[in-house]
Amino acid sequence: MRDRGVIYSGLLIFLGLITFPVWHDMAAGTTSRGPQPILPTQEKQCVAPASYMRTSHMHLLMDWRDAVVRHDAHSFKAFNGKTYTMSLAGTCLSCHTNKADFCDRCHNYAAVSVYCWDCHVDPKLVRRSSQ
Amino acid sequence: MKITRKRFLELSGACLVALSGREILALLDSPGPSQAGPASAGGPRKRWGMIIDTKKCAKEQGCTRCLEACNTTHNIPAFQNPAHRIEWIWEEPFEDLFPSYETPYLENSRKGEPTPVLCNHCDDPPCVRVCPTGATWKRTEDGIVMMDWHRCIGCRYCMAACPYGSRSFNWLDPRPYIKTLTADFPTRTKGVVEKCTFCSERLAKGQMPACVEACPEKALVFGDLNDPQSEIRKLLASQYTLRRKPELGTGPNVYYVV
Repeated sequence: MRDRGVIYSGLLIFLGLITFPVWHDMAAGTTSRGPQPILPTQEKQCVAPASYMRTSHMHLLMDWRDAVVRHDAHSFKAFNGKTYTMSLAGTCLSCHTNKADFCDRCHNYAAVSVYCWDCHVDPKLVRRSSQ
Repeated sequence: MKITRKRFLELSGACLVALSGREILALLDSPGPSQAGPASAGGPRKRWGMIIDTKKCAKEQGCTRCLEACNTTHNIPAFQNPAHRIEWIWEEPFEDLFPSYETPYLENSRKGEPTPVLCNHCDDPPCVRVCPTGATWKRTEDGIVMMDWHRCIGCRYCMAACPYGSRSFNWLDPRPYIKTLTADFPTRTKGVVEKCTFCSERLAKGQMPACVEACPEKALVFGDLNDPQSEIRKLLASQYTLRRKPELGTGPNVYYVV
């Protein structure tokens, strides 16, 4: 065991390298927290249960899109019997007033780039430009 | 029991007839395809159309209120370059509207008179026939030639097919060129074709198209061509009207009182 020193120092370097991301994050002050989107306070219930919205909001929005554009259907009967107008800027953003704190947080976190906002107008933009 | 080949075939034939008997009877009972037309499904269909009274329109010179109303309602950008311009409703010199009725002796007063033109929402739209993605289609419920900008791939076949030049292509991102942004209506992106939709989003709310509402002279009249009691049908019955290039067989639904 004459080369014990070499083995242990090699092992230490290896461990240091393999745990580098952990040290790096600690040094940079980032943590493994989720995207933490800010939920609306004035409204308690979305157009579908939160668990469904979390996993399948994109499918719901696609269904809304097809219904409105292709079939001229505008009202959506929700699971709780309420009726909503199918509109991204009108209905969704009337509760989720801050797109940046809600949509963008998760999409940025998950590295998802959506093209909804290439066309659909965030009402906040309009308010800002009119000021 | 021993069964002969002949007996086996007889029995299986009888079984087949018994099994298919119901379908055969149902086929004999049902009316032919000619009787089961689209009219039997659902209520009476609408067919939206418009009359533009060019004489009333010319009363107020330099009025572009219909164009402005359309532009603000639909977030239409104001490009300076005429090749980039987006137009849903725009003005053409009167003599260019009806090239087949051209005469060298047109009244001087009418020469160059700016007359509003828009998509004719044809009965047999050539733009729809050529669209490879189904991004534009004719609505069977009310005859509007609709656009689905989600599906448009920007191939511009429809622009080549439309004999009225009613379609515009977004060569640039339109957002920075929109004067007043309206949140109720989406903008479009670069690489998408757009055109007049007879304000389908306003019709869904029971409102008149923006241009019709904006006209101070009530020169634009909008209504259901399938309803004999509608204002537009009464006007059509009492006034002589022209349609643009009807000889092409597209069946335009915008009429002009000249």
